[in-house]
Amino acid sequence: MICVRVQPEDFDGGAELAALEGKGGGAVASFTGIVRADDGVEAMTLEHYPGMTEKALTALAEQATARWPLCGVTVLHRVGTLRAGDRIVFVGTASDHRAAALEACAFLIDRLKTDAPFWKKEHRREGDSWVEARATDDAAARSWD
Amino acid sequence: MALDILYFAWVRERVGVAEERIDLPAGVTTPLDLAYWLAARGGGYAEAFADPARLRCAVDQDIVPLTADLANAAEIAFFPPVTGG
Repeated sequence: MICVRVQPEDFDGGAELAALEGKGGGAVASFTGIVRADDGVEAMTLEHYPGMTEKALTALAEQATARWPLCGVTVLHRVGTLRAGDRIVFVGTASDHRAAALEACAFLIDRLKTDAPFWKKEHRREGDSWVEARATDDAAARSWD
Repeated sequence: MALDILYFAWVRERVGVAEERIDLPAGVTTPLDLAYWLAARGGGYAEAFADPARLRCAVDQDIVPLTADLANAAEIAFFPPVTGG
């Protein structure tokens, strides 16, 4: 029921949704994150902590299934170098009803941003820089406490 | 006792290695103690660990406060606040 993957390859959001639609629930919700071309960002490199990353994402998915009546959870995150416009993250949830699917999906992406060991380095024509964590992301994650 | 230390993102870049193994020095009982001990090596370590409040850590792959107990730890990682998603 829980599917977690960390991979350099792109993913097929349509295929992931179709798999969740086949879980027998009446509602599927999803979030797809895309690399933005903010302030001249041409690409970014995603670093992670192999081993801990998969463990942290699985723990989040388990927290979601404990909190909402879900019949499917998919969390995919890409690593390595991605270009502006590339897909970076996918969170999908399946449940009998929309509220559980939508809330669990929002919970997962908010918590992923503060609890999973990924770091983004942005590449611009003028140089590279590590992305700083945002206080608004911390606040969004804590709103689910 | 042997302890593997892992570094990520700009901590790794400043230190200059991704991973190393040390024997836990006497008197070092928390990640914060270890951060100060590493900073005292100077050079890139001093830069990386100049302000431990900017760092986060995981002990045996669980995120814990810098004041956690290092007794029985096999692996510790130091890194900046995470920025995935």
